Amino acid sequence: MDAKKGLLLLYQMLLIRRFEEKAAEQYTKAKIRGFHHLYIGEEAVAAGVMQALTDDDTVLSTYREHGHALARGIDADLIMAEMYGKLEGCSRGRGGSMHLFDASKKFYGGNAVVSGNLPIAVGMALASKKQKKNNITCCFFGEDAAAKCEFYEAMNLAALWKVPVLFVCENNLYAIGNAVRYSDTATELEKKGLAYGIESSTVDGMNLIKVMHATNTAVEKMRSGGKPYLLICNTYRFRAYSMFDAELYRAKKEVEEWKRRDPIPQFEQFLLQQQWITKDEITDFESKINTKIQKALDFAEEGAREPLEQLTKFVYTEI
Amino acid sequence: MKNSMATLSITYREALNQSLREALQNDERVFLMGEDVGRYGGAFAVSKGLLQEFGKDRIMDVPLFEAGFVGAGIGAAMAGMKPIIEIMTVNFSLLAMDQIVNNAATLQHMSGGQLNVPIIIRMGSGIGRQLGAQHSHSWEPFYAHIPGLIVLSVGTHEDARSMLHAALLSPDPVLLFEYTMLLNLEKEIATDLPIASLSKAKVLREGKDISIITYGTGVYKSLEAAAELATVGIDAEVIDLRVLRPLDEFTFLASIAKTHRVLIVEDAWRSVSISSEVSARIMENGFYDLDAPVQRLCGIEVPIPYPAHLEEAAIPQKSDIINAVKKMIYRN
Repeated sequence: MDAKKGLLLLYQMLLIRRFEEKAAEQYTKAKIRGFHHLYIGEEAVAAGVMQALTDDDTVLSTYREHGHALARGIDADLIMAEMYGKLEGCSRGRGGSMHLFDASKKFYGGNAVVSGNLPIAVGMALASKKQKKNNITCCFFGEDAAAKCEFYEAMNLAALWKVPVLFVCENNLYAIGNAVRYSDTATELEKKGLAYGIESSTVDGMNLIKVMHATNTAVEKMRSGGKPYLLICNTYRFRAYSMFDAELYRAKKEVEEWKRRDPIPQFEQFLLQQQWITKDEITDFESKINTKIQKALDFAEEGAREPLEQLTKFVYTEI
Repeated sequence: MKNSMATLSITYREALNQSLREALQNDERVFLMGEDVGRYGGAFAVSKGLLQEFGKDRIMDVPLFEAGFVGAGIGAAMAGMKPIIEIMTVNFSLLAMDQIVNNAATLQHMSGGQLNVPIIIRMGSGIGRQLGAQHSHSWEPFYAHIPGLIVLSVGTHEDARSMLHAALLSPDPVLLFEYTMLLNLEKEIATDLPIASLSKAKVLREGKDISIITYGTGVYKSLEAAAELATVGIDAEVIDLRVLRPLDEFTFLASIAKTHRVLIVEDAWRSVSISSEVSARIMENGFYDLDAPVQRLCGIEVPIPYPAHLEEAAIPQKSDIINAVKKMIYRN
């Protein structure tokens, strides 16, 4: 970590935070519809994991993927336009909030069925192995996916085939409303990796530097050994599950406690201590990001609606 | 297997095996993955010998979890490989339904055309070995319902030999229904088959009195019925739908314009089936060509029972086809 990298990571986390706040606002204005899951609170995971990956690595994500998409470098304009359902969106508006894709960034969704992306990630890693590439496939999923059969199937196959899948479990404690302590007998999720002989570790997902180090260590091992790795990131979503959630299942006090561990001020503090940034520069950063988000909003607003005649496009590949 | 001038005699199993071998020889991106496809030689011996010939990296045995290995196949297909996935029988495909429906069939669309999934999923299908209710499903209508999939029914030896090659050219997911009841059956096929069409139904027997539209195990039953009907002066046309999605209505509508009568035959349960779809298309686009109402012979709507006589009665047999045709013809 140096000043340059520190600033980039702060920029990413702030961009995600402000982008999500703006997206939530646009949702309440009915500019964005459908299921909409905010990443606020979990920014350190996306930024900390993604920095360890190269352009050749492959990323698969969940329906809470706006943060992953931004950290992977998909432009905010394209993501906002996608949420608006516009033709200019990263999935041409066909996907929406839960289905962000960008093949040029090797970002393969945006999967809205819990655990559905896990076997696919293993298959992509298998293909890489067969093609003698040495890239890594990184697959994000939530803690409740780790209670589903596809998780076990994917872990087993990845270990059996010795393919480099970085399984990143974002344990934000709640599936929808059901807490992990009520849904899983093994709440120390890293033990599930060990059951398959997959090296596993757990990290404080609210701390960017810790996530970064943990991921770098994992990725380094994977690049030399080619084996899978399970990284559990303990994190917390500050916002509701989706825009339709009254949050009856958790105490306000709990949310407030977690907010004290907000990854962004923590990291800002670190950068200030290192004297890699000044308070004024942080303010400048914020205004730069606000400008960027306003631009994304304008881009989405001005975007085109796909003509009705094209309704049946993209069902089969056009040859 | 013996060669003659331009045809050869081959079992359905050999035809499948040869087309797999050829696919593996022709394209190094192709690999076969499924339950017992390697060391066991295939649950129905379709892939026998392939492990020895191509090695374990290309003939991959997997544990018995369909969602896992079908999902892995989808991922491999997205990443530039040409996986041929064998689900031991269609019955177990339900366990991979989420992967097939929510991923294979949708990724092209959800990504706005950026991704495609050239996966092939082969499944042993059909009813008739007293396997009981959980191992005797006809799920062709399930999958034919889903946009984004190409659904093929391998009802003949020719298609067993040539359909896979056509499927491998598809950029989109293809489901191949293969029929285990036909595996040992020997037939003559041309030695030099053209690449099969993935868009056309096939008229297997021309006739002028009635069109029998069918697929899968209904094909040979209908052809045998037609041969017997010919001896009593009824000239039946037999159409193998072959491609259940996208459905080729042009071929069967043209047939009906000629015969004016139609019987649809399938093993699947009657309600919300391939035959109901074909019947609806005829109502929409061929109604004025009909001299009689469309008739259907389908699976009786009961979980398939174990006793042989009940099982036999639960799906259309040759005699049922003959009787149904006679009833339709002699009504006038």
